[in-house]
Amino acid sequence: MATQLTPAQSAAATTTGSHLPQVTEPRNPGMPLDMNWVRSVQANTSAIERRAASLPARRSVKKQHQAAWLLRAITCIDLTTLSGDDTDRRVARLCAKARQPIAPDLLDALGMGPITTGAVCVYHEMIPAARKALEGANIPIAAVSTGFPAGLSPLELRIKEIEMSVAAGASEIDIVISRRHVLSGDWQALYDEMQAFRAACGEAHVKAILATGELGSLRNVARASLICMMAGADFIKTSTGKESVNATLPVSLVMIRAIRDYYDRTGVRVGYKPAGGISKAKDAITYLALMKEELGDRWLQPDLFRFGASSLLNDIERQLEHHITGNYSAGYRHATS
Amino acid sequence: MSVSEIFETMDYGKAPESAADALAWLVDQGSRFGHFIDGSFTDPVDGFDSKNPATGEVLATLTQATQVDVDAAVKAARKAQPKWEKLGGHGRAKYLYALARLLQKHARLFAVLEVLDNGKPIREARDIDVPLAQRHFYYHAGMAQLMESELPDAEALGVCGQIIPWNFPLLMLAWKVAPALAMGNTVVLKPAEYTSLTALLFADICRQAGLPKGVVNIVTGDGAVGEMIVNADVDKIAFTGSTAVGRRIREATAGTGKALTLELGGKSPYIVFDDADLDSAVEGLVDAIWFNQGQVCCAGSRLLVHEPVADAFYAKLRTRMSKLRVGDPLDKSIDVGALVDPVQLKSVSEKVDANTAGEKFVADTVIPENGCYYPPTLITGLNPADPLMQEEIFGPVLVSTTFRTPEEAVQLANNTRYGLAATVWSENINLALDIAPKLVAGIVWINGTNLMDAAAGFGGVRESGFGREGGWEGLTGYTKPEGTPKPLKTIEPMTGDGAPIDTIDRTAKLYIGGKHARPDGGYSAPVWGKSGALLGHASLANRKDVRNAVEAAHAAKGWSKTTGHTRAQILYYIAENLAARSDEFAARLDAMQGGRSGAKEVATSIKRLFTYAAWADKYDGQVHGVPIRGVAMAMKEPVGVIAALCPAEVPLLGLISCMAPAIAMGNRVILAASEPFPLSATDFAQVLETSDVPAGVVNILTGPQTDIAEPMARHMDIDAVWSFGLGEFSKTIEYASAGNIKRTWVNNGMARDWMGQAGEGKTFLQAATEVKNIWVPYGE
Repeated sequence: MATQLTPAQSAAATTTGSHLPQVTEPRNPGMPLDMNWVRSVQANTSAIERRAASLPARRSVKKQHQAAWLLRAITCIDLTTLSGDDTDRRVARLCAKARQPIAPDLLDALGMGPITTGAVCVYHEMIPAARKALEGANIPIAAVSTGFPAGLSPLELRIKEIEMSVAAGASEIDIVISRRHVLSGDWQALYDEMQAFRAACGEAHVKAILATGELGSLRNVARASLICMMAGADFIKTSTGKESVNATLPVSLVMIRAIRDYYDRTGVRVGYKPAGGISKAKDAITYLALMKEELGDRWLQPDLFRFGASSLLNDIERQLEHHITGNYSAGYRHATS
Repeated sequence: MSVSEIFETMDYGKAPESAADALAWLVDQGSRFGHFIDGSFTDPVDGFDSKNPATGEVLATLTQATQVDVDAAVKAARKAQPKWEKLGGHGRAKYLYALARLLQKHARLFAVLEVLDNGKPIREARDIDVPLAQRHFYYHAGMAQLMESELPDAEALGVCGQIIPWNFPLLMLAWKVAPALAMGNTVVLKPAEYTSLTALLFADICRQAGLPKGVVNIVTGDGAVGEMIVNADVDKIAFTGSTAVGRRIREATAGTGKALTLELGGKSPYIVFDDADLDSAVEGLVDAIWFNQGQVCCAGSRLLVHEPVADAFYAKLRTRMSKLRVGDPLDKSIDVGALVDPVQLKSVSEKVDANTAGEKFVADTVIPENGCYYPPTLITGLNPADPLMQEEIFGPVLVSTTFRTPEEAVQLANNTRYGLAATVWSENINLALDIAPKLVAGIVWINGTNLMDAAAGFGGVRESGFGREGGWEGLTGYTKPEGTPKPLKTIEPMTGDGAPIDTIDRTAKLYIGGKHARPDGGYSAPVWGKSGALLGHASLANRKDVRNAVEAAHAAKGWSKTTGHTRAQILYYIAENLAARSDEFAARLDAMQGGRSGAKEVATSIKRLFTYAAWADKYDGQVHGVPIRGVAMAMKEPVGVIAALCPAEVPLLGLISCMAPAIAMGNRVILAASEPFPLSATDFAQVLETSDVPAGVVNILTGPQTDIAEPMARHMDIDAVWSFGLGEFSKTIEYASAGNIKRTWVNNGMARDWMGQAGEGKTFLQAATEVKNIWVPYGE
């Protein structure tokens, strides 16, 4: 298992040739719940906010570098539709955009080969439609699961949902944790639940959605991040996109510092996925800079970093066109998803 | 590099801020500058080059001021001052507001010019220096507006000479100019010779604001010009810079009557406890010691780490250091720019190279080959005895040691000659708020660092200087009490050859450490009454008695930890016991001085004790309205050990007027009693003994003040000296105080109405306290 490429990596390797290194990461095997570690976690909100506020001003990426970074951001997008009114045709349109996120003429002008988004992300019921639309594309399908977004359906059903999604062809499962375990301090329950979800995923990679907007404090975000990693999460993810507060830089800082600590202690790299509210190209650059600064370049690859986003891509397209032509672009000039 | 290559490497690339507008401004000025005197620029003459430290390029040629220039600037300021003061608070507020607005309108020009001149990263100039400079003008526009209603008894000092350093050229100008102007002073300012350009741009802004001629004057040049300003006919010197130069200025201004504030060096501790958010504490160090290339007087340059987390913390820190980007200051993605000048680069290199102790780690980051760059450096495993733990490096070099207990952290933190700032990281509010007051510093940051704002005073204690800049506390440095004092009259002791009035011999001894001690020298002198009768003998204290008194005062350090309520109780008790003996004290005063004013003096003394008993638990600190989610608490702390030369006149009231405010605020005092009339003081020692005053809190010396004035001012363990004795002591004391840059308060030969309002009140309380600003950001 450890030597296999994830679907995302094989996609990247086949579609962009040398553009992505042939990287392989062993999956996170998890570790026993270490409550001493969890309890020692500190997160000073004011200091974290200061760092988050100064970071965008500390790093600026311009010209070709900006274009290259934005292209990289695209390859890290989990292009997402999670609406009650999703239909097969809607999902097909999304998948078409995932296959060709940037118009070929723009890519030519940038001297880039074809790229794809990191994955598409849909509800369980939409997996067959996505699978059909992505046939031959090697773009992984991520399915949100476990009673997304509230995660309050019966545990058996949540586990069953994972198994069904994997069986239907999802290679990545975005689970939601039970926020009540965090808020009531039942860390063991959180750990057990995450382990059960991970087991149900089998070969599929599991992203743990913490719903940070509902955890009450950054300290709780840090604790929940650690516990999900200890229980074997391949990725930790901020939000469902349905909470009132979704991905923020302070929350991201806390989660990626937890990832760093976990790596320092275990040697295992866990991925990070901010989701919800990231809609501007400039935000994407800031997030990439945050990953580069706090975790290092290795975390700038789609196997360790994803954006959960739907409208971000269009803004990036406009910025790339501006880079090429020197004229500010309009949204309607770029194919919609 | 092509897009597809960068797509792989994910490098940052260059993100340069354009220097075009700033360079164009320089060219528009002819790239040659004169001084800004009386509202216009003088013709540029004999110059020196102002260089860009990142490239070595010459930016402009500046003029070295001569004595004639300085005199002209001072004259212009002197001429402009009365009218500027009479303009009134609102009138001045309008100009300060205009200056703030103009700084804002030209913000980028100021920022880029600052970067070119100083070498600091554009991010810092743009996001920190320039906005803070604007903030100081806005804030002090408000202070000008409020002066008449809130400081009704204050008036301007007059002309202020201001000498500022090269590390924050525009910001330091703002810190100096804004409060001075707000309070009705006019200024002659000298920017540092390395970094004068933004000051000259500011001069241009003053013209645009229509500021009256002569209110702001700027002369350029090196330390020789600074010396001319110090010696010029100015009413105040405000200096920010090195402790060595500060010491020389203290000596040069001694006895001149010029007010002085000094903001000097530091070796500020940065304490990390084991329960801290370590990642945030590491990030804090980036703002502490790699901000402005470490060329920051309040830089957290001395890292003290709790042993349980030391290894983990150092590992995180080293990783973080290697992410710092060093290079072109105009690049928006640079964290550490160029040191200000090759001289500074050499100084930092030499200090670090001379060190052989500890383990040195140099950030694994690219350093440009040319230009004044020095890599971020960490030296761990040092001991307090290592020079680098004591000396200010003023560069991007952090030194560190570990501690075992909170008590040891405080001990190590305070083991320094400096006392500017301190940082504490802990998630335990009990620990953090317990440690903050124990740190000897003017500013303490909890879970943050280098937080600054116009609303909170900035300044230090010990050899970091005295005075505060910013906040209400900063205004005292630019005002004086209204009124014209009268010269002090010399009072000669009585002479006589009569018989003792008391047949039982009473030799008054010194009162040291709660005991009546014989003088070290073994000499006493007779005290004659007005009638010529021998009233008794007084001991003659010498420098060793001063030494003993200081030891006793330090042994009584518990007094500073007592509550205001307790101190009030004791002051009331002193008053009670004095009242019980008022007839005796009145008779003694009359016998020594003649006349019949004794009873009134005793009554006033009792009243004064009541005044300070009242203040003991009411001279509150403040919570400043700083622009963060958090509080900046301005706490009033005792100065420490204060030595006072009490006035010759009103021998009892003068002594009590010095003692009571000092001990009410928690200080311990050494009082040199009225020289001609010492016996009220020695009698008073008996009152103290019966009033529950702990031993060593009040120590009383008698004898010639001339013999002990200088030893007091030279004593390194005395924190402040007050002189209400002979005018000539003012110079002696101010000069000798330069040793440890202790605070002084001298009469400059002017009398004080001890019986009236001038004999008590906030002036005394301010002298008896230090304002410590404790910043506590919060939020969960």
